[in-house]
Amino acid sequence: MSATDFTTHADPMDRQVSAPGGLGPIGWLRWMWRRLISMRTALVLLLLLGLAAIPGSLLPQRTSDSVAVSNYFTEHRELAPWLDRLGLFDVYGSPWFAAIYLLLFISLVGCVVPRIGVHYRTWRAGPPEPPRRRSDDPIVTGDSQVLLDTAETTLRAARWRVRRDGAHVAAEKGYLRETGNEVFHVALLGLLLAIGWGAVTGWHGNVVVRENTGFSNSVSQYDQFTAGRFVDEEAISPFTVRLDSFDVEFDRDPVQMGTPRLFDARVSVTSDGEQNTEFLSVNSPVKVADAKVYLIGHGYAPRLRITDSDGTVVFEDSVVFTQEDANYTSAGVIKAPDATPQLGFRGLFAPTAAISEEAGPHSTFPGPDNPVLFLSAFAGDLGLDDGVPQSVFTLDETDMEQLGLQSLAPGDDWELPGGQTVEFLGFDRWISVKVGHDEGGFWALLAIVIAVAGMTASLFIRRRRLWVVATDDGVSVAAVQRGRSASVVDRDELLRALR
Amino acid sequence: MILTQASPGSAAQVAEFSNTMTYATMLVLVVAMIAFAASFAARRTQSIDLRQREPALVGGDTVTAAPLPTGTADAGPDPDPDEPGRRAGNIALSLSWLAFTMLFVAVVARGVWAGRVPWGNMYEFSLTSALAILGVYLGVSTRRDVRWLGIFVIPLVLLTLGLAITVLYTETQQLVPALDSYWLVIHVSMAIVCGGAFLIAGTTAALYLIANRAQRPAGGPLSKLVCAVGRRLPEPERLDRLSYRIVAFAFPVWTFAIVAGAIWAESAWGRYWGWDPKETWAFITWVIFAGYLHAQSTAGWKGRKASWLAIIGLVAYIFNYFGVNLLFTGLHSYGGV
Repeated sequence: MSATDFTTHADPMDRQVSAPGGLGPIGWLRWMWRRLISMRTALVLLLLLGLAAIPGSLLPQRTSDSVAVSNYFTEHRELAPWLDRLGLFDVYGSPWFAAIYLLLFISLVGCVVPRIGVHYRTWRAGPPEPPRRRSDDPIVTGDSQVLLDTAETTLRAARWRVRRDGAHVAAEKGYLRETGNEVFHVALLGLLLAIGWGAVTGWHGNVVVRENTGFSNSVSQYDQFTAGRFVDEEAISPFTVRLDSFDVEFDRDPVQMGTPRLFDARVSVTSDGEQNTEFLSVNSPVKVADAKVYLIGHGYAPRLRITDSDGTVVFEDSVVFTQEDANYTSAGVIKAPDATPQLGFRGLFAPTAAISEEAGPHSTFPGPDNPVLFLSAFAGDLGLDDGVPQSVFTLDETDMEQLGLQSLAPGDDWELPGGQTVEFLGFDRWISVKVGHDEGGFWALLAIVIAVAGMTASLFIRRRRLWVVATDDGVSVAAVQRGRSASVVDRDELLRALR
Repeated sequence: MILTQASPGSAAQVAEFSNTMTYATMLVLVVAMIAFAASFAARRTQSIDLRQREPALVGGDTVTAAPLPTGTADAGPDPDPDEPGRRAGNIALSLSWLAFTMLFVAVVARGVWAGRVPWGNMYEFSLTSALAILGVYLGVSTRRDVRWLGIFVIPLVLLTLGLAITVLYTETQQLVPALDSYWLVIHVSMAIVCGGAFLIAGTTAALYLIANRAQRPAGGPLSKLVCAVGRRLPEPERLDRLSYRIVAFAFPVWTFAIVAGAIWAESAWGRYWGWDPKETWAFITWVIFAGYLHAQSTAGWKGRKASWLAIIGLVAYIFNYFGVNLLFTGLHSYGGV
C-alpha cells in the first residue's frame, strides 16, 4: 500500500516490529502476524511473486502446451522428472506459487482492514489541530475574526473539510487519496476471488469441425475438455453446433498478400429445441446457452475415396490436415483399415501448389488457386489391432511397405500397384473451435476497473492541510509542507483571497 | 482497420517516404544529441557541500512529512536564464520537437502504406516506440526543465531507431486475423506509451543512483566519471520525484493496457488470461512497478532500492519485447520479427 503523506495515526504497516523476547507462543504468533502484515513483507512477497512467475515462461506448461511438455520429457530424460516434482510444468497451479499469492493477499488483508478503520476515524475526526507556529508562516494583518470567517467561507466553497474553532480554522482535502488506495487493494482481493470462482465453476473444450459436420456439447465429443471442481460434467448445457460453411478470403494486394480479409463460419446452433444460424468469426465468438463458442483456427480437409481391387469403396471422407505454414501447406494422414491389404497415406496438401528445390512441394498462397494433394502410399498392417491407441495424425510404417508417390489435382485418381484406387474428390474446410463457460470474467473485469479507478485516485489526488490561526494583529496561514508542494500552492491561493 | 487501399505503385512511394523520413529524423536527432551534450557539459557542477539538504519539514508533532511520493507540483527551482548551456539546450529541445514531428509523419506514412495501424511487426513497433520515448520526454519537458535529461534520452531513441532500420526492418505485412481488432489499437498503443514512460523513468532512476553516488567523494577512475556526470545533474531528490511521477502516470496506463489485452484475448482465444509468455512478462513488469510504487513509501526501500526496482522493471519490459518475441513461441509470436 502506498503510504499517505500524513500519518496522523500509527500506521499498522510501518510500525517497527521488534522481535519478542520471551513472550511465549501467543507473543510469537502476534509477532509473526505483525511481520506478515508489515509493508516490507508485503513488498518482498510481491517481488517474489514476480520472480516465481518467470520459470513458467521459460519452461513449457501443461496448461498451455502439453505436447511441448512431453517433448521436453523426451529431450531431457534426467532433468524433466525433477522439474516436474517441483511443479515447474504447471507453475501457476503449483502449491508454492499459490503459497506466495495467498500469503501476499493475507498480508494485504491484514494491512488494509486496520487502515480502513484508521481512515474512517481520521475522516470522522476532521482536520487536526494546527501545528506549532513556524517563523516563516505568512501573516495577514487585520481583524482576526473577520479573516477567519473569510478563510472559512473560501475553503468551504472550494470543498475543503473545515473545522472552525475560536482561534483557528483547520482545513483538509483529498481524503479520496486514501479511500482510492483502500478501494484498489480491496478490488484486487475481489479480482482474486473472481478468478478463483471462474476456475472452479468454468469448463472449456476444444473440437475440430469439418464443413457439414457438427458436435454436441458433451464431454465425449471434445478432443480436449477441462472442467473446474464444482462442474458437473454430465450436466453441462445441451446444445449442438453444425458448421454449414466456412468462407475465407485472402488479400491479393502485393503489400498485403495473403492477409485474411474475410473469415466467417456459418453455423447452425440448436439449443432448447430452437435452431438458429449464427456467424462465427475470429474476435467475435457466438453465445450459446451459458457458453461461448470461439473460432480458434481453420484449415483444409482433403476429401478422398479409396476403392479396393474388387470395386468396393473402403473409404470415402474428408480428412483434417494440419497447417504447416502461413500459406497453408497442410499435412495429414489417411488410413483405410478396411482395404485389403490395409492402406495408409501420408499427405501434403497445398492450396496453391508449387514445387521448389529447397522447399519441395509447398503452397505459395493460402487460398485454393491451384489445389494439389501430394500422397505417399503404404500398404500392409496399420497396427490398429494391437489395442494401443494411435493418433489420427501419425502413421506407423513398421509393418508397411511404401508403394509410391503421386500428386493429384481435384478429380484425379491414382491406381496403386495392387489394383486399389485413390480418388482425390476435392476438399472441405475445417475450423477448430473452443467452447467455454466462464462465470468469473465479468466480475474480474468489474474488479479490475474499480481497482484502476482506486489506483488512479490514490496516485493523483493530493492530500492537503491548511491552518489559519489567529494572532494578535491578524492571522497566520500554515501549510503542511514547505517548498512548492500542493499545500503551499493552496496556501498562496488562500492568502490572495485573504489579502 | 483498413485506412486506405493505395495502388501498388504509389504504395511503394509511401513506404519509401516513410523510410526517408525515418533516416532524416535520425539525422536531426544526432544534431540534437550534440547540442544536448554541449548543454550538459556546460552545466554548473555542484560541489558536495552545496548539497546539504533542507531538513525535512517539521510541523507539529502530529504531522510527519513524507518528502517523496506525492505529487508535489514542483518543477524545481525556476530555471536560471543565465545558466550556462541554456542556449544549446534550447536548440536541442527545438530539434527534438522537429524530430518528433518528422518521426510522427514517418509512422503515419507507414500506417497509410500498410493500410492499418503501424504496429504489425517489430520494425513498426520499434518505430512507434521511438516516437513514444521522444513524446514522453517532450511531454515532461513542457512541465519542467529537463534539458539536462536530453543527452541521456536521445541516444536511446537513436538506438531504438537504429535497431529498427537495421535488424528489424521488414517488408512483410501479414497481419493474422486475431490482430484485426480495435482492441489492438487500445492495447498496443497503451503498451507503447508505457514503454516510452518506463524508459524515461528507468533512465531518471539510474541518474538518481549516479547523482546519489556523486554526493560522496570520487575514488577510482570510474567513480570520477560517475561524479563528473552526477554533479551536473539536479539534486537526487528531484530525480527520484521525477521517476516517481512518471511511473505513477504509466502504472495505471500499463494496468489498462493489460486489461485491454485480456479483453482482446478473451474474444480471440477464448480466455482472458492464459500465462502465455507475453502475458507472464507483462504481469512481471506490473508486479515490479507496483513494487516500485510501494517501495517509494517504505522505510529502507525509498530511494536507492526503489530506483533499482524501476530499472529492473524497465529491463522486464524490454525483455518482454525482444526476449519473448525472439526466444519464445507463444500466442503473441505472430507477425514475424
